Amino acid sequence: MSEPSRPRLAVWKFASCDGCQLSLLDCEDELLSVAEAIDIAYFPEASSAMGEGPYELSLVEGSITTAHDAERIREVRARSRHLVTIGACATAGGIQALRNFADVDDFVAAVYASPEYIATLATSTPISAHVPVDFELRGCPINKLQLLEVLSAFLAGRRPAIAAHSVCIECKRRGNVCVMVQGTPCLGPVTHAGCGALCPAYRRGCYGCYGPMETPQTAALAREWQSLGVAPREIRHAFRSFNAAAEAFREESEAHDDQAP
Amino acid sequence: MEPEAMPRPAALIDRQGLQALIDALADEGYRVLGPMRRDDAIVYDDLAGIDELPAGWTERQEAGRYRLERRDDAALFGYAVGPHSWKRFLHPPVETLWTAHRDEHGLTFRAPEPAEERFAFLGVRACELHAIAIQDRVFLDGPYVDAGYAARRREAFIVAVNCGEAGGTCFCVSMQTGPRAEAGFDLALTELLDAERHDFLVEVGSAAGAALLERLPHRPAGEADREAAATVVARTASRMGRRLETDGLKALLQDNPEHPRWDDVAERCLTCGNCTMACPTCFCTTVEDHSDLSGTSAERVRQWDSCFTLDFSYLHAGSVRQTPRGRYRQWMTHKLASWIDQFGTSGCVGCGRCITWCPVGIDITEEAAAIRATAPDWRDD
Repeated sequence: MSEPSRPRLAVWKFASCDGCQLSLLDCEDELLSVAEAIDIAYFPEASSAMGEGPYELSLVEGSITTAHDAERIREVRARSRHLVTIGACATAGGIQALRNFADVDDFVAAVYASPEYIATLATSTPISAHVPVDFELRGCPINKLQLLEVLSAFLAGRRPAIAAHSVCIECKRRGNVCVMVQGTPCLGPVTHAGCGALCPAYRRGCYGCYGPMETPQTAALAREWQSLGVAPREIRHAFRSFNAAAEAFREESEAHDDQAP
Repeated sequence: MEPEAMPRPAALIDRQGLQALIDALADEGYRVLGPMRRDDAIVYDDLAGIDELPAGWTERQEAGRYRLERRDDAALFGYAVGPHSWKRFLHPPVETLWTAHRDEHGLTFRAPEPAEERFAFLGVRACELHAIAIQDRVFLDGPYVDAGYAARRREAFIVAVNCGEAGGTCFCVSMQTGPRAEAGFDLALTELLDAERHDFLVEVGSAAGAALLERLPHRPAGEADREAAATVVARTASRMGRRLETDGLKALLQDNPEHPRWDDVAERCLTCGNCTMACPTCFCTTVEDHSDLSGTSAERVRQWDSCFTLDFSYLHAGSVRQTPRGRYRQWMTHKLASWIDQFGTSGCVGCGRCITWCPVGIDITEEAAAIRATAPDWRDD
């Protein structure tokens, strides 16, 4: 038997902060194992050697905010056998999807000295709005252990063991005391697991970094937030963060949209 | 189990005696676990001494609400039950079932090393004794015994405490599971506290308990002490925060799967799974298989799961229980009705945790009462 060739991996960046692809470099102890198992052919963040495609696996970070990127993601898809999106930008549009709720030209005019040089789309959209995606790994940023699980599953040809239930389940497994029952508004009950219930472990309410869980009952949660004294404006802001454009969070934020700011 | 017909031997210890109890258990190699104040709650964790017990604290519990409050005395057990249950020690949230390794000789499977730990639980309430007995039936009865649970359970030493305070969401009286510890303990304490004294009446429930008591400074309990202890329990029983009518409850739930109340609760339910995690009897787990990057090692991990997740009822092509209505109905009907068909008792011990720790305060006693109030067709058993 000949040595099986290592699958070729590419890591792509679209509109994003680089935090999720840095999770791969952040693997440290496991990074050598990753490099042994996978040929990291294209990863500009890590290496100036840029191998040509096609690639067995592409990890895509970032959202689509320009016409150029909308074209580029199609090329990436065409050169990738499997395409996995990583992080809130790639899976939900990211924090930059706040533009979807306003007029982007106003932002451009406010931020740039010469707005005429800026060519941008009116919206920030997830990769799945443009090309078929094989798996979406959530989080802002992603959890490196979950990234390793996705890579290991890909190599073994199995489904990644990534749960889509609420943060509450991992919070309770961890033995945390529920902060919401103690009076702190928390998005955990409607948020996708993956972080290990990081914020509640430090006595903070969940910020919803992993986006909506599988069956997010956002209206029921928002009612309880109101009974904890949270103003509609604050509820809107809570749902409008890194996953503002994720369907369930967008709808809930819009339900609290007609209130005075 | 007729404790009144044959009174157990009883003794009195004071606070120093309680410290001696903890020391004696530690001396015998137990990992002593008990209640303590942390994160503005009373949780169960490793206990070194009575100074760590939540002296002078109690809690205010309501549906979806929990607050610690000061007591006007120095009671060590002057609260009901907190967010944790002993389940997390006997039936841990995450447990590796096996690991596998592949090398040139082939594939080798290994069971994890059996834990050497022996638990001693201090402060187990009557409802919790019943919860442990229920999980015993799940994990130990029948042909498939859970070896890890069996080992942990066999080694455990249980010091029960009769409740001196009823929580706002307690309903053990309805479930006939408390507030007095009747069986399933090695020693049972009742805290006797007034201006003149701070003692604990100790009842012996096993030979191991009797042997341990002999190691402690103690004195015989008199009839007045027994009466004082009975008064504590009777007062607690009269102060239950909740009530659940269990008469005909099994038929009521099983005969009304289409009751409109299920739609009503589905509007409020977050499907977050907190009730199942907080419940001391919910036992469901999922198994995850993980392989490493090199393809040489794999492991199977068992974790607490919940009937509120979609994966829980996932079969080929989808989940059986798609709706919040279906999932809440499954949980409550199993807990209060089909559990009886399956294991011979209700799955509920009336501890109130599912009520207190539901982030939106859904109250199982209120849901049952609402269905009973308007059920079109429920029959007497």
